[in-house]
This record gives sequence, C-alpha cells and structure tokens, in this order.
Amino acid sequence: MAVYLVVLPALAALAALLVPSDRWRPWLLPLGSGLHVACLASLIRSGETVSQFDGWLVLDSTAKVFMLAIGVLHFLCMLYAPGYLALRPERPNRILCACMLASLAMMSLVVLSRHLGLMWVAVEATTLVTAPSIYFNHNARSLEATWKYLLICSVGIALALLGSFFLAYSALYAGLKPTLLFDDLMAAAPNLSRPWLHAAFILLLVGYGAKMGLSPMHTWKPDAYGEAPGMVGALMAGGVTSCVFLAVLRIYQIAVRGGDGAFASRTMIFFGLLSMLTAAVFMVRQRDFKRMLAYSSVEHMGILVFGVGLGGAAIYGVLLHVINNALAKGVLFLSAGNIHRAYGSKLTDHVTGAMRGLPLSGSLFLFGFFAGCGSPPFSPFVSEFSIIAAAFRERHFIGAAIFLAALMAVFLGMGATVLGITLGKPSRPPQQAAFADGAWTGAPIVLLMSLVLLLGLYLPPFLSDLVNQAAASLAMN
Amino acid sequence: MFTLTTLLELVLLLNFFVLGASRLRTAVNLVAVQGMLLGAAPLWLEHGPRVVLLSLGTMAVKGILIPRLLLYAMRDQTIGPEFRPAGGFIASLLLGAVGTGASLWFGGTLPLHNGEHSQLIVPASLATTFAGFVMLFTRVKTISQSLGYLVLENGVFIFGLLLIEAVPAMVEIGVLLDLIVAVFVMGIIIQHINRELDPLEVQHLSSLKE
Repeated sequence: MAVYLVVLPALAALAALLVPSDRWRPWLLPLGSGLHVACLASLIRSGETVSQFDGWLVLDSTAKVFMLAIGVLHFLCMLYAPGYLALRPERPNRILCACMLASLAMMSLVVLSRHLGLMWVAVEATTLVTAPSIYFNHNARSLEATWKYLLICSVGIALALLGSFFLAYSALYAGLKPTLLFDDLMAAAPNLSRPWLHAAFILLLVGYGAKMGLSPMHTWKPDAYGEAPGMVGALMAGGVTSCVFLAVLRIYQIAVRGGDGAFASRTMIFFGLLSMLTAAVFMVRQRDFKRMLAYSSVEHMGILVFGVGLGGAAIYGVLLHVINNALAKGVLFLSAGNIHRAYGSKLTDHVTGAMRGLPLSGSLFLFGFFAGCGSPPFSPFVSEFSIIAAAFRERHFIGAAIFLAALMAVFLGMGATVLGITLGKPSRPPQQAAFADGAWTGAPIVLLMSLVLLLGLYLPPFLSDLVNQAAASLAMN
Repeated sequence: MFTLTTLLELVLLLNFFVLGASRLRTAVNLVAVQGMLLGAAPLWLEHGPRVVLLSLGTMAVKGILIPRLLLYAMRDQTIGPEFRPAGGFIASLLLGAVGTGASLWFGGTLPLHNGEHSQLIVPASLATTFAGFVMLFTRVKTISQSLGYLVLENGVFIFGLLLIEAVPAMVEIGVLLDLIVAVFVMGIIIQHINRELDPLEVQHLSSLKE
C-alpha cells in the first residue's frame, strides 16, 4: 500500500505529459496530489508501520510525519496551481505539471526508502525533476539559477554517494556483510569501522547538506528560489529540503549508534548555527523579497539541524518544526508569488503598500512573516520554543544564546523588508487586469495560514501521538 | 600483465590529460576513454552475467551515450579552439598533482580490508573525485563544468568497485539512470544558454548575486 504514495503521483505525472491541453492539464495537479494525500490519510489512520519489498520501503512514524508535511503542502500548492497557470497562458505548462507531480513521487520515495542507495537515487531524482520547474519563465536569470542549482546539488549528491559507499565499506571492513539497508546498518553500527564511519558521515552531511541548503553550501538557494515561480519555491523550501533533512537524520542515527555521537552532534550544532547566522547576515537590507525567503529557508534548515544535534527533548520540536516550516513556507512563497505577479517586481524599491494594493495576499504575507519568525500564536513558535527549551535543559548555553541572537537578527532583518513591502501607500496601484486576489490563488494560502494558526493553538491528538511516537523512535543521545 | 592496478594508473593519467586538454572536444573524448576503462574495471573483480551486463551498461553510458550527448549539445557552437580556465592550465594541472599526492597519502591512512584486488582503488577514487572538483571550479564553459561533474562521478564509481558485491544491481542501474538524466538536463540547459546568452560561458551567468 505504501508504494502507492510513489506510484500514484508518478502515474499522474505521466498523464500530465500525455494530456494535450494547456488549459485542462493543470487540473491533474490537485487530482494527483489529492489522491496521494487520501492514500496517506488511510495509511496514517491504520496506525501501523508498513514495510514493503523486504524492508526497502518502510512507512514508520517518522516517515509519516515527513510525508504528512510534504503531502499537505504539496496538495495545497497544487490547489493553487490551476489559478496561477491560468494567469500564464503564454507559457506552455506540460513540463512544469509533469515535474511537479514527479517531484511528489520522488520526495515520497526518499521518505519511504530504507536503502541508502535507493534513497540516494531518489534524492538525485528530486533535483532533476525540480530543475526544469525553476526554468519555467525561460529567461536568462532563471537559466542561470537552474544551472547553478543543477550543478551544485548534483555535485553535493555525488559526494553523498561516495559517503554512502564509505558507510557500506565500513561494514565490509569490520568483517560484516556489506549493506546499505538502514536497519541492517543500525543493527551493525556498534561494530562498524570507525575511521570509515567518520569519513562517511562528513561526506554525507556535506553532500546532503548542499541539497538541503545548509551554509556554506547554500549558494544556489537564493538564485533558485528567487527565480522559480512561487509554488515551486514553496515546494522546494518546504518539501524537497524536508525530505533531504530526513536523509541527514537517518545518517546521523547511524553515526550516533556507531559511537561517533559526540563528533556528529558537535558538527550538526555547528552547521545549524552557521546556517542561522549566515541567513541573518544576508537578510539585512535584502532588497529582493523572494531571495529573502530563500535565506529564511537556510535559517530554518539550520534550526532543524541544530535541534537534531542537541538530541533528547529537542527531537520532538524538530519533528514538529518540519511540519510547521513546510506550512509557513507555503504561505510565504505563495503570497510572495502573488505580490510579485501584481507588481511585476520582487524588489523592495518597486513594491510598497501591498496590504492596500493587494489586501489578501499582502496580509497573508505579513502574517506568514510573523509565523516564519516564530512569533506566537503561530505554530513555528511552539516548535522553536521546544528546541530552545531543550537547549537550555541540555545546558548548551552558548549554542542557545547564538540561536536566540540569530532569531532576533532574522526577525529584524526580515521585518524591515516585509514591513516595507506590506505597509504604506501602494507604490503603483496594481493593475486589476494583471493580477487581483482571486479564489483559486487566495484560498489555498488562507488554508495554509489557518493550519499554521491552528497548530499553534491546538495540536490534534492524532498528530501529537504521531510526533511523540516518532520522537521516541528517534531517541538517540 | 594488464591488471586492475594498471587500469587505474591509466585512469589517473587520463585525469591529467583532461585537466590539461585545451580543446573541448579532446576533453570530451578523453573523458569517454576514461569511462570505457572504468566500465571494464568490474570484470577484474567478479565474474558472471550480472557483472558483464553492468560492465557493458557502464561502457555504453559513460563511454558512448553521455559523451555523444555533450558533443551534440555543443554541435553548432562556434567554440574557439581554446578555453582558458581560471588560473590557466598549469595551475589546474598543479592542483591535480597535489590532489593526487594527497589522495595517495590519505588513501593510505584509511584501513583497507585484506585481500582487496588493488590497493590503488581508494587513492584513485579520491584523486579522480578531486580532479573533477578542479574542473568544476576552474572552468568557465558550461560543457567543461559538466565534464568536471562526470569526472567526479567517475571517482565515486571507482570507489564503488570495492562494493561490487554489496550494492544491488537495481541501485547501480538507478545511479546510471540518474547520471544520464542529469547530463541530458544539463545538455538542454546548455542549449538554452547558447540561445539566450553568449556561447557556453559561465562568466555570463553572473547576474544573480548579492
């Protein structure tokens, strides 16, 4: 049954390639994605861990948390897509539609995969299927962004493959049966060859870290997110990065079990804080609000990795933050996309007064900013608070101080840009003909925002049980 | 006798030729030869139909298909005969030499399982990966960068030789497939870059920055 999570969107992608009409094709997006969510809901309701193909594909509680974040975000973005593509009749959308659905299939495969080789293949495939969607606008800037994305991520992922091989060799060297199956590696971890395990961890973290956009390997991110259509940015910042983060989490588990925990934890904390600080620096006076969102993504990947490095109680917060970050990124990127469309620019010099000029999208962008920065009552506040509380409990005072300082700097830097865009007098009244808030381009963002608010006020029991179960299964340090 | 070690020495030598090649077509052909050699490598390690298929598949992809794709992407290009890497060819060759030396040393520090077919596998893998990196970061043309990526992948492939029994065929096929698609997408992007911008130069790709 779990394999349907890959097969259904893949079939929908194929259908998108075959449908001849640019006008009707986009409706396949919510359909394919909706089937995926329905299938996932029934799997979560059954409450069991599903294992298929000799344990190569497993949907356990951790995978369910990630799949839920990715599935819901993808569905709401796809609900937005037909409205958006109707505004772009001049651009053929066959490739974009197929790629969006194929990316869901590949993200699901990453999440389900328990074989590190298969997982690698799927991660590389997410790069390849998302690259053409960045190039949707077919101009020189999007071309440059696509090239950088493709090259940096492919190189990063090649390093991750070398790391995966090192990991398998660490078993071979220790006289064990060489394997890339996660569960076998976990069982054998205490006996793995330490030097090989050590080298494998570094390569895998740097490799997948490049794909996640951890600093200093994040350089492709502002370009790609800045040039891609808003919904593609949302899917990359909330979906693709999350599933690659799961890959990092798996590798980290093996390193900890293999007795390399102290080093692995320090490295994660270091990369996490470095990413947050980098984001904070580049957000100050950021004139391009889509690039600003990319740095926000670098920051949130930093938060996740930092939380994992802390371990213990922070893991609960980290898992919750995967969901919250995905939803908040959806709000931010989609509303930013609407503002970009209405004003014809994504620079603060040209865009002011969006709340008056574009009341719905402008307000959602502002609320999204508060949510993304971890302000109460929105859900990222809850998860970030759990992580910071865990940092103090684990007596990581310096780390906690840097974490808080970076959050503060991000809030101020991002705030200046966002308030400049949303408040004040509209710089140029958006022409009604070009873009106005509509039901299809507004409702999905409202839904995302409502979820962000709801999860901040009340965590449904099924979700808190799921996250607790997953956190317990990941209990590492 | 022609052993696996001899083959790997040839692969290492080819790294230097690729780093020093001043003509793009020559560089593509050299990488194709390297891919062919690597495709043959598994035959020294294991016997049986699976390994023959893997070997033929690798040769077809790394030795023929991908180089053809790249030559196709640059077919109607008026590329000047020379392309000057950042720092010049001497600098890339020197970097390659330093990288190879460092890989031989570092490969020696990692413990190896007794009875490996060749002690050169780990150093050759690291040195080739490094040569790929040098290509990626010093070259200015998109084709050369794709070549750098291929050389880097070849380095990873060499390490995979140690695990020929451990890694299931399905994963190997997946890796090759990803590689084809990657180069295919790169080829398309290169073609679009040709149309939109000046021929094949990444230097033109610099409007996006802080």
